[in-house]
Amino acid sequence: MRIPLAYSVRNLWTRKLTTLLTAGGMALVVFVYAAVLMLDAGLKATLVGTGEADNIIVTRRPSGTEVQSRLDRRQLAIVESQPEIAAGSTGEKFVSRELVVLIALAKRGTEVPTNVTIRGIGPEGLALRPQVRVVAGRLPRSGSAEVMVGSSIAKGFGGAELGERLRFGGRDWTVVGVFDAGGAGFDSEIWGDGEQLMQAFRRDAYSSLVARLADVGSLAAIKARLETDPRLTVEVKPERLFYEEQSRALSNFISYLGLTLSVIFSLGATIGAMITMYAAVANRTREIGTLRALGFRRNGILGAFLIESLALALVGWAIGLALASLMQLVQISTVNFQSFSELAFRFTLTPRIVLQSLGFALAMGLLGGVLPALRAARMQIVDSLRAA
Amino acid sequence: MHFLKLVLRNALRHKLRTLLTILGLVVAILSFGLLQSIVQAWYSGAAAAAPTRLVTRNAISLTFPLPLFYREKIKAVDGVKGVAIANWFGGVYQEARNFFPQFAVDAVPYFAAYPEFVVPPDEFTAFLRDRKGAIVGRRLAEQYGFKVGDTIPIKGQTFPGTWEFTVRGIYDGREARTDTATFFFHWQYLNERMQKTAPGRANQVGVFVVDIEDPERSAEISEKIDALFSNSTAETRTETEQAFQLGFVAMSGAIVTAIRIVSFVVIAIILAVMANTMAMTARERMSEYATFKALGFPPSYVGWLIVGESLAIALIGAAIGVALSFPVGAWFASKVGTMFPVFELSRDTILAQFACAAVVGLLAAALPVRRAARVNIVEGLRAIG
Repeated sequence: MRIPLAYSVRNLWTRKLTTLLTAGGMALVVFVYAAVLMLDAGLKATLVGTGEADNIIVTRRPSGTEVQSRLDRRQLAIVESQPEIAAGSTGEKFVSRELVVLIALAKRGTEVPTNVTIRGIGPEGLALRPQVRVVAGRLPRSGSAEVMVGSSIAKGFGGAELGERLRFGGRDWTVVGVFDAGGAGFDSEIWGDGEQLMQAFRRDAYSSLVARLADVGSLAAIKARLETDPRLTVEVKPERLFYEEQSRALSNFISYLGLTLSVIFSLGATIGAMITMYAAVANRTREIGTLRALGFRRNGILGAFLIESLALALVGWAIGLALASLMQLVQISTVNFQSFSELAFRFTLTPRIVLQSLGFALAMGLLGGVLPALRAARMQIVDSLRAA
Repeated sequence: MHFLKLVLRNALRHKLRTLLTILGLVVAILSFGLLQSIVQAWYSGAAAAAPTRLVTRNAISLTFPLPLFYREKIKAVDGVKGVAIANWFGGVYQEARNFFPQFAVDAVPYFAAYPEFVVPPDEFTAFLRDRKGAIVGRRLAEQYGFKVGDTIPIKGQTFPGTWEFTVRGIYDGREARTDTATFFFHWQYLNERMQKTAPGRANQVGVFVVDIEDPERSAEISEKIDALFSNSTAETRTETEQAFQLGFVAMSGAIVTAIRIVSFVVIAIILAVMANTMAMTARERMSEYATFKALGFPPSYVGWLIVGESLAIALIGAAIGVALSFPVGAWFASKVGTMFPVFELSRDTILAQFACAAVVGLLAAALPVRRAARVNIVEGLRAIG
């Protein structure tokens, strides 16, 4: 016969303080573990969402980032003449010559300047990114000192709200619009007319070229041709891959540090569970003897104590995950190591993280409970009945 | 004397439980110390900044250069002792993950402005004589096995092409907190090559390091320098080296804050574990406490017994944790290498480790003390564990 589940669960209920403290320790570990995974998931979602599947981005080799890259008009003309590039609405090539520079802007609240990306786009720049929508105000007029700001910039930086003026490049720029790119990296950028920005920053070379391919399958052909062209030193990448690579260092840092910490912290919580379970076994020595005398088997006792420990972990998991899910309301804004510019992203809870943290919590419960449960199962009936 | 003996005996009554609690404390105090050291390492650049150094950069952002002729104008400002050039090179050695900072500097004024970088005179002379020479920090040299005479190829990202440098000297830090993970080479070499390959980018300077005589005048001199170039094509922003370095830290402020919060989360975790241990201990001994009271000991005596035991366990755990922090910290520092140029367990961190343990010990005892002090003698004697 099996020991009823209620026996294990009720035992937890009887010692509420102990249960709460032990589960609380585990909850904090689950919280850290889940929060790290959520942060990484949020970062990845932001950067993957930044690219369009059939867009390519051309930069100078081996710059790695748009800010470091420079392409002059002669090189751009060669790239734009490639037959794989689709035609735009006006019959011209569907491309955008872009200028990407960093400016120092003061963060709201701290007043400490941090690097913000300014992107000068060509006439087709918006059409190439259908995910970008203007949510307030209007588009900047081409040929004017007007800019629009991403939603994270409007919220996070002083002087970047609708109607305000930003000063950079020796000119004042009026913020005429706020755009939203659905949580993509563009939300942390300021966009304006490419030609105007080129003049303001006294640049004679663009940073990158974004182009739409007529057929995604032709990527390999255009990549091979451009990268081996002796007149050019360029790198051709799908836009998505490009932005994903931009965040790789930050993503690795967050996940390595976070996972190492979770594992170390879990040691503490597992020890907590072990202490609780050893005490539970010690306090119930006579009870265990009685159960054995009634005919319950060693395996049954082992199972009952393991279930008690796992239930404890389950409580910790539920509390920890509930706390972590609150983090979804928080937006993190930090400098991306590779592009050296501000990037805002959210904690994102995915079903996968729910399951991973459940597995993590149960592993803590199992590790903490197995030794005490073995001790309980190994007890001799007579000795345990005799115990005080 | 009896009291201490009692506390000790009590602590050792459940050897396994005490041992596990101490083990948990060791893990927590150890991780707390390492995390605090990581946060401090982040601030190491600002901590090592000298009050006599100002940094002048382009007002737009660091990615915009300044023209070379600014140097003479800045030199002429009253109170300025010397002006040095530094360009962030941002190249890659073999692989992108081998990250270390490289700067193109004008050697004589730069090393004069940074007396904490100690280079043997003969190596410095050899460096000055070699146009493609480089001086590397001790830590960097140890990590990648660089020796004097080695040729090191670095792939430029901002400055295209492969650049080969010959190590002519290795510098040491005058203090433990001096950053010795940087790679310096001649700005003149960078500029010559730019003149040949990209003339538009020649004679450009990343930042000017301004050495001043009197730190009291730093604000005034900064204003004077910036006023020189206001309304020009390249306006400047001058600030103390410390403010400049703190600006970098602020950019990744969210990460630093997260690490700081997490370092206290581990203390909260161990607090839960420790409080549980003490609660269980007190519950089991309720009848003993009642006996003490029946014998005439005041409730405070029972309270101190619990506090003493809790504190003793916490501090033993902290002592072991702190002791282990040194070897583990050294191991960690060797693993992360040049990512954190300065990584040390500071005195403040050690004090914080003990303080946290003491707080954990006291808080963990609070609830059991209240219970034990309130227990009614008759009820307590009746209580079973």
